[in-house]
Amino acid sequence: MGEENKVILHGMWASPFSKRVELALKLKGIPFEYVEEDLKNKSAEILHYNPVHKKIPVLVHNGKPIAESLVILEYIDETWKNNPRFLPQDPYKRARVRFWTSFVQQHLFETMFTVVKTDGEAQEKAVKELLEKLQVLEEGIKEFFPDGNICIDSNNVGLLDLVLLSVFGPYNVQEEVLGIKIIDMEKTPLVYSWLRAINQLPLVKESIPPHDKLAAVLKFMRENALKSSSA
Amino acid sequence: MAEVKLLATWPSPFYYRVVWALKSKGIAYEFIEEDLANKSPLLLQYNPVHKKIPVLIHGGKPICESMIILEYIEEIWPKNSLLPNDPYEKAVARFWIKFADDKSPEIWRVFRSVGEEQEKAAKDSLEMLKTIEEHALGEKKFFGGDKIGMVGIAFGQLAQWLQVIEDVTGVKLLEASEFPRLQRWINNFKQVPVINENLPDYDQMFAFFKGRRQMLLASK
Repeated sequence: MGEENKVILHGMWASPFSKRVELALKLKGIPFEYVEEDLKNKSAEILHYNPVHKKIPVLVHNGKPIAESLVILEYIDETWKNNPRFLPQDPYKRARVRFWTSFVQQHLFETMFTVVKTDGEAQEKAVKELLEKLQVLEEGIKEFFPDGNICIDSNNVGLLDLVLLSVFGPYNVQEEVLGIKIIDMEKTPLVYSWLRAINQLPLVKESIPPHDKLAAVLKFMRENALKSSSA
Repeated sequence: MAEVKLLATWPSPFYYRVVWALKSKGIAYEFIEEDLANKSPLLLQYNPVHKKIPVLIHGGKPICESMIILEYIEEIWPKNSLLPNDPYEKAVARFWIKFADDKSPEIWRVFRSVGEEQEKAAKDSLEMLKTIEEHALGEKKFFGGDKIGMVGIAFGQLAQWLQVIEDVTGVKLLEASEFPRLQRWINNFKQVPVINENLPDYDQMFAFFKGRRQMLLASK
């Protein structure tokens, strides 16, 4: 085999973008080398492989680098066609998955970010927006679970599952650090059940960092953001 | 063949992305003009989440978000392909498509603002142009090759809307001497028949956006 299929993932343990790629590789059973990057002291490799953004994750496949987690996930799915397939075959269904993935990534994630980095009135506004958007997601995903049955196993995990997991998988940590209820079993029962189902997958359970480590990172991020915004 | 309809507004650059993709593949479609100040039941039905255009309606099924529409068009009508076949080259193309989507709004911030805010937006816009000049455009005629593709279409706003923004605001961003590759790409892009024949009239665009900017600033 040798150099034929050398895969290296440059990532960071606490990054949701990095985590989704790591999981994708593990789910497909693709052997890879993982390189933990220090984002405060970026390596020559990251600057070389991603000169535009200088960010992780970067996937290097046989020496060729790919950046942007969603681009990487589609690349993985097209290159390793074994199960789980991250996108459906039907073009219309693919468009729907991409649409909701974009919604989770661009709207939910961004709003969540604001909730983490603000307090007072600004945070209240962001929380309200976040909960409204979660309701939109609750309605929207009914098209994926028409009979309300959520059946996710390591053979059918998809792009949307991976992205939702990376944003809200650790919702327990987020709720604890922020003191806010985010994923409410009563208000968003489908989203709640969906997250539970994904979080139960063995590969996910063993890949998610420990609660305390994630809580420490989130607290640190929040404190830093609040400090610099009031400075 | 199932009917293709395109719900959009003139002169949205996102609308034109879809037009260029459809026309380059010879796909017939019906254009339905949307009034964004008075959103139609059709729009609310087909894009309830964002209530935005463009929306492609194929055989009665809606597809939203311009670049998602383009990927759909490419998959349904693979003739005159807009994406490379090779998965790696495709990934590189998608990287730049995402960059275009994420960063192009900067030029619209220049359009919508004044003073310090506009200065910052201009600075960010120049950063974006610089990145495209240095990293995205090699010596090839178009992004990644010798014919137009999804990346070029994604950056299409820079080919005409950018100039309108510059002329309406008086803020010059793209100096040909500083961005020779970009300028060359713009010239080449606008000469491609499917683009050339499907660009909004410059004077009409100028008048439209001049009016919009006046309204925006008056309301501040």
